[in-house]
Formats: sequence, C-alpha cells, structure tokens
Amino acid sequence: MNPEELHAQGIPHPHQSRACQIRAEGLHKRFGALEVLKGVSLSINKGEVVVIMGPSGSGKTTLIRCINFLEEPDQGRVMVCGLEVESGGRGGERGRRIRQLRAKAGMVFQSFNLFPHMTALGNVIEGPLQVLRMSKAEAEVLGVQLLAKVGLDAKVHEYPSRLSGGQKQRVAIARALAMSPEVVLFDEPTSALDPELHEEVLQTMRQLAKDGMTMIVVTHEVKFAREVADRVIFMDGGVIVEEGPPAEFFANPRHPRTRAFLRLVE
Amino acid sequence: MLETLRNAAPFLLQALWTTLWLGVVSFALSLAVGLLVAVVRLYGPPILRLLAAAFVSVVRGTPLLTQILLVYYGLPQLGVTIEAIPAVILTLALHAGAYTSEDIRGGMQSVDRGQWEAGYTVGMSFAQVLRRIILPQAVQVITPSLGNRFITMIKDTSLASVVTVVELTRVAEQVGSATFRYIEMFVIVAIIYWGANSLLSVGQARLERHLRRAYQ
Ligand SMILES: Nc1ncnc2c1ncn2[C@@H]1O[C@H](COP(=O)(O)OP(=O)(O)OP(=O)(O)O)[C@@H](O)[C@H]1O
Ligand SMILES: [Mg+2]
Repeated sequence: MNPEELHAQGIPHPHQSRACQIRAEGLHKRFGALEVLKGVSLSINKGEVVVIMGPSGSGKTTLIRCINFLEEPDQGRVMVCGLEVESGGRGGERGRRIRQLRAKAGMVFQSFNLFPHMTALGNVIEGPLQVLRMSKAEAEVLGVQLLAKVGLDAKVHEYPSRLSGGQKQRVAIARALAMSPEVVLFDEPTSALDPELHEEVLQTMRQLAKDGMTMIVVTHEVKFAREVADRVIFMDGGVIVEEGPPAEFFANPRHPRTRAFLRLVE
Repeated sequence: MLETLRNAAPFLLQALWTTLWLGVVSFALSLAVGLLVAVVRLYGPPILRLLAAAFVSVVRGTPLLTQILLVYYGLPQLGVTIEAIPAVILTLALHAGAYTSEDIRGGMQSVDRGQWEAGYTVGMSFAQVLRRIILPQAVQVITPSLGNRFITMIKDTSLASVVTVVELTRVAEQVGSATFRYIEMFVIVAIIYWGANSLLSVGQARLERHLRRAYQ
C-alpha cells in the first residue's frame, strides 16, 4: 500500500509525521589500521536539510554509507523513523531490517549509478516494483510523475547512455524519491558534473527541500549550503568538529580547522 | 556418395535431431550449473567457494571422454545405474558448466560495484539485485563466449556415441561399418556438423549485434 492510501485511512503520511527523526549514534568505522569514523552522532528532524562539509578523507562518504549500511559500521546504531539497526550481528531478520532502512533512506551517488540496461522510467520504478511490490501500472504513473518533477518529462523512455550527466543525476534523484523515503542522502551529487550542469541538479534539490524532504547532503557547494541548509556540519579526521546554522557557520566559524577549510572552498 | 546419402538420410535426420536436442538440453543445464558455481565462487561461504573451485579445476583438468565413461560405466559399480542419454546429458552439463561458470563469473565481476550499491539502496535483496541488475548486464558481456561454448557443446555430443547413444557420429559409424562407406559417411556427418554450427555462428553474430545496439 502506498503512503497516499495509508493516509486516506488515517495513518499519517511519512512526510507529515512529526515524531519521525533520523539519528546516528556513536558511529565508528575503521578500514584496517585507518580509523575513518571516530564516534559520530547526529540527529536530524523531519524536514531538515543538513549539509556536511569537510576536507577530502575526513569520512563524509563513509558516514553517509554507514547510515544506510552500505558500509557496516564497527560500532553504533542508526534510527530512521522508529526503525533501528545496530552494528554487529548477522542473519536474515537483520538483513530484512537493513533493507527496510534503505528503502526509507534514499541515496544519490556522486557517480549516478543508474542501471544502464533500463530506461529512465525503468530506473525509477525498479524499487517500487521489486521492493514495494507495486503494480506496473501504478509504478509507471508514479515514475512519470517523478520524472516530470525533476524536469525530465521528455526523457522518460531514454536509456542513461543518451542522457547528460545532469539529467542522469536527476533520474537518480527521482529513483530515490520513488521509494517515498523519509530522508535522502546525497554524496557530492554535483562533483562528477561539468560546472555548467551543477545548477540543474542543485535546482532540483532546492525544490525537494522546499517540498519538505529531509536531506543530508555532502557537498562543497557553499552557495547551496547558505541558501538551503538548516544546518551545516563540518567534519575532519572522522569527527564532527562543529556545526551550526549556515549564516553563523560561514560568518563566524569557531574552530581553526573550519576556518582553514572555508578559506579553501570559498 | 549420393547413393549412400540417400540410403542413410532417414537415419541421419533422426540422428541430427538427437544431436541437436542433446546439445540444447545439456547447454541449458550447463548454464544453470555455471550460474550456480559462479555465484558460489564469488559470494558463497568459504567452504563452498573452495568446493566450487575444486570442481572447476577437476572438470577442466580431465578429458570429457574420461568423464563420460566414468559416469556411464563407473557409477553402476557403486550401485548407481544411469541410462546412456541421461548420463551423457549430466556429464555434458557438468563439464560445460565448469567452463561457463568462468565466463559468468568474469561477466558478473565486470559489472561496476556501484550497480550493486544502487540496487541495495532502494532496498533490493541480494537475489533481486543479482537477477534484475547484475545478470542482465553480465549477459551482454558474455554472450560471445557463451555462443562459442554452445558450438563446442554441439561438437562434444559426438562423444555420446561411445556409450551407445545414437546421434550423428554413431550413425556414421554404424552405416559405415555396415556398408564399408566410412569415408562417405564421416564426410557427410562432418558437413552436417559444420553446416549446423555455421548457422549457429550466424545466429550468434546477430544476437551480439542486437545486444550491442540495445540500451543506446
Ligand atoms: N573501502 C575502503 N577501504 C579502505 N579505505 C577506505 C575505504 N573507503 C574509504 N576509505 C578511506 O577512508 C578515508 C575516508 O574516506 P571517505 O570517502 O569517507 O572520505 P570523504 O570525506 O568522503 O572524502 P572525499 O571528500 O575525498 O570524498 C579515506 O582515507 C579513504 O581512503
Ligand atoms: Mg566522499
């Protein structure tokens, strides 16, 4: 059953349920001898847009990937709207919970990762078909709607090989939205694009934020962070060094490492 | 030669049919074997990986004829009697499966890791990502080698003749010994194999072209 139908029966729409929070608690992750996350916690309210910045190698990607368990954290836990998964453990039941968590936490990759053997529409409806068990007709209506929303009405039946980078990334955003996620994680969504294509993707993300979508965005786009973020988090060396509302964060960074970093990106 | 051909024609047609369906059934089963072995070798638990690798090594390191004889004549000694045709199909499927598993494994490894991750992030399971995302892309890569394996398979069915299966080669031998027209019969049968495999090659080339054009 999709959120609209549930809503009609009096069950709150996921985008409206206020209690819902996205939290990561005490995430640790090491690759061999290298400790990449040294206990990262964050808590995000429904509808909040959080931008994560930090120098290369500071653990931003790893943090995002631990939140949806693409990377197994060594310690810590993640909660998305009541669904909780802890580090450690195996087994089918845990696997199922991780899959549920991933369905609630959409992800947009730096390198798009579209399915090359499916059309734009095929990419978008794959999750609804396979995971939500939506009917094909229902999924296609949703898919066309979402592609229109990201400005790709004309490309519904195009294969990824015939789309520009910016168009690919917008399909990827529509694909994430198709699962009606509680939060969408973005890992440098514009970094692989030519500069002139950044704006179309950022514009799509702005619109998403305006619609009330909860977003965690790793990016170096300072302008986007200033305009759209409710909060900016600065990471370095596997920890959160400081965070605050963008106006404050960019005007008066407290920590010297933040200041050094901002001099570089601005 | 024409005389020999005319007399042997009914047998040859029947035998061609046997050769073809033996090849097709064994090849289809070998794909299943190959897929299973490939998935186990890539993603299975360590013990099974080792077993699968050992299976591939042994099968590739021993002659097909020896394997067929072992299954057909050897197993009854252990109380397991298998009819000639099932024994041949089993052996061919396992034998070719060891080779196709290598093709399939390579094809799956050639698919970018990001494809797994993209499938996982919408909540798909391992089996769903494998079936819906990875295999369709792997197929594109491995169709040429699988086509060659199929042609090899058609030729390998000739070894079934040694365990009494009446396929093309066996018919040639039977008619040849009855009429002393060995040269004629084996030349005819060779031409039939060659013709069938040439047709298959054409089909294979078309399929490859079609797959190359897809998704553009
Ligand atoms: N799978 C992995 N195996 C080994 N080391 C890894 C792996 N993934 C990341 N690392 C290392 O962990 C550190 C943090 O990587 P991460 O990708 O999280 O950084 P980042 O903040 O996203 O950097 P960037 O801005 O360059 O994307 C880096 O030193 C990286 O080399
Ligand atoms: Mg990164």
